[in-house]
Amino acid sequence: MSKILIRGAKVLGGEPQDVLIDGAVIEAVGAGLSAEGAEVVEAGGKVLLPGLVDLHTHLREPGREDSETVLTGTRAAASGGYTAVFAMANTFPVADTAGVVEQVYRLGQEHGYCDVQPIGAVTVGLEGRKLAELGAMHESAAGVTVFSDDGKCVDDAVIMRRALEYVKAFGGVVAQHAQEPRLTEGAQMNEGVVSAELGLGGWPAVAEESIIARDVLLAEHVGSRVHICHLSTAGSVEIVRWAKSRGIDVTAEVTPHHLLLTDELVRSYNPVYKVNPPLRTEKDVLALREALADGTIDIVATDHAPHPHEDKDCEWAAAAMGMVGLETALSVVQETMVETGLLDWAGVASRMSFKPALIGRATGHGRPVSAGEPANLTLVDTEYRGSVDPAGFASRSRNTPYQGRELPGRVTHTWLRGKATLVDGKLT
Amino acid sequence: MQRHLISAADLTRDDAVLILDTAEEMARVADRPIKKLPTLRGRTIVNLFFEDSTRTRISFEAAEKRLSADVINFSAKGSSVSKGESLKDTAQTLEAMGVDAVVIRHGASGAPYRLATSGWIDAVVVNAGDGTHQHPTQALLDAFTMRRRLVGRDAGLGQDLAGKRITIVGDVLHSRVARSNVDLLHTLGAEVTLVAPPTLVPVGIETWPCEVSYDLDSTLPKSDAVMMLRVQRERMNAAFFPTEREYSRRYGLDGDRMARMPEHAIVMHPGPMVRGMEITAEVADSERCTVVEQVANGVSVRMAVLYLLLGGNEPAVSHARTTTEEK
Repeated sequence: MSKILIRGAKVLGGEPQDVLIDGAVIEAVGAGLSAEGAEVVEAGGKVLLPGLVDLHTHLREPGREDSETVLTGTRAAASGGYTAVFAMANTFPVADTAGVVEQVYRLGQEHGYCDVQPIGAVTVGLEGRKLAELGAMHESAAGVTVFSDDGKCVDDAVIMRRALEYVKAFGGVVAQHAQEPRLTEGAQMNEGVVSAELGLGGWPAVAEESIIARDVLLAEHVGSRVHICHLSTAGSVEIVRWAKSRGIDVTAEVTPHHLLLTDELVRSYNPVYKVNPPLRTEKDVLALREALADGTIDIVATDHAPHPHEDKDCEWAAAAMGMVGLETALSVVQETMVETGLLDWAGVASRMSFKPALIGRATGHGRPVSAGEPANLTLVDTEYRGSVDPAGFASRSRNTPYQGRELPGRVTHTWLRGKATLVDGKLT
Repeated sequence: MQRHLISAADLTRDDAVLILDTAEEMARVADRPIKKLPTLRGRTIVNLFFEDSTRTRISFEAAEKRLSADVINFSAKGSSVSKGESLKDTAQTLEAMGVDAVVIRHGASGAPYRLATSGWIDAVVVNAGDGTHQHPTQALLDAFTMRRRLVGRDAGLGQDLAGKRITIVGDVLHSRVARSNVDLLHTLGAEVTLVAPPTLVPVGIETWPCEVSYDLDSTLPKSDAVMMLRVQRERMNAAFFPTEREYSRRYGLDGDRMARMPEHAIVMHPGPMVRGMEITAEVADSERCTVVEQVANGVSVRMAVLYLLLGGNEPAVSHARTTTEEK
């Protein structure tokens, strides 16, 4: 592999510098580096970030290749600036055995757009009754460290306790989809003023908050770490803040859509806004942004959830829950966090690369942009503004809530261990 | 008026009064030996019912036939819908057959709104009840009934319901009738009080233009009309209330309670009634109960809605006084 010189990039938003890549590794970072023998990429003041890491992606393969495959999903990831994604376990068959996680892992390696780190199911078939072979998945070639029944909550307190305890043996973490099932039977949207008017079944904040409260206490009791998926309410923020102040080993993620959109959009009955957990209120959105800024919420994770057109081109109740997010995540974070002054680019790097890699133990990802580190990098044109056109997505699905919305920023280059996966906004 | 009728909240006061006045004209047709107008001759209306509702479907069908429209009844049961066909495909199939209007009843809140706004079809959409969202023609026929009884058949023409005190009792949470009535009655100037056990009041109700009370007895003496909503017995299985008897004791309307209402006050019910649950036979069969009138008025109101949405500039009743040119 030859050398690449990225000239004049604002590393983590700082002063422009040159970054020299040799093979899979960053050879040097500094001013006026020699371009001899190197292909030159003129950054022209774009921001250089460590390759983004998504702790929460649905790649749908195996089983729902009509909505996404490992190939199309990792191309979407590269397009959005990601060099590693954690693939959720709710596939068909469920990723609850070493065989399935190894298959997904190998597909990611073969395609080469983005490292795919499978997440293993906590319970067999996501049914919440019997622990899956967590140890076997960890010891497999996929090396699973994150376990989640995402899409479903591990609602049985005893199963959750055991899972939290069991994965300590190999440094694993349980990522909880916090949703009390009885409180959310028939739930269609956030329960509040808008649901009352629209006559759609309510998904109350307390259904999320009660599970988070229980799980941080369980984690404290058994001395385990726990990760909270897609935290969506102001109340959840308060509980996590309290837990952290108590020294409980809890981490939490927020999705880009919960940082930007509110349940007012559901008035259109357009299922493109149907997602789980649901879009909440303005008050929640502001609390989530503040919590992401002050570190109560550790990371941004996309919950990229592709669905075929027919599953959204219908009445609200019949529609699937979820939205794609890999290709718009960084733009939404720029809009909601950077342009509001809540985070600088170093803060974005922390929340979209360093910390997610740390939580998921993604070796080689989320490393500093400095000499000797793996060349996993993302170059962002932060001056760009344009409206979102799903027709240009690399994802197989188009279920974005941002169609036609103007968002700032565009990823122009992504390098995975020195190999360009995205050049001038085009996948290689 | 808007092109479709999706929600009672979409109607202005003038829209609503126009519909009620037009319905009075339509009602006169029912008094004739031949109960038919040529107004919608050559127009095709489909009654697209994804939920069983014989009463509402028959009411719309009677209204359509009295206006001389060609009527197609489509019931989802035993149709391609039960084989997995989408709402979009069903609607497009019907439109391809030359349908001018779709009267839709659907179990999913928002389905008529989707049909009207997604670019799937061009036909006029009339919401005949969607999930727990809206049932605008029910609200219109209720307002029509109230105006006749509380203001007067002739005196009511051109009038709204300003200052009338309306109490709606029962399962507000699951009721599209309650939602539609609150919207429309507020638009017409009435003061609405909802009465229900707290479990059957939606979280988020605080923005609705009405009062909420948990106590029926204190509300009755201040009511010009009391509308009882049907309460499904199965609700007690989900712990909305302990037993049928307890519900009935606390929120049912019996003869004693009816006696606490002002003398002129009426009792209403959208039907079907669960006698012995929310209403006793004594009340249901009393002079003050308007259930049967509401059914008759439903046809007139639905005629008015279809006429105003589809009828264009032709007067509804050629030799009668008409108020339909305010659009």
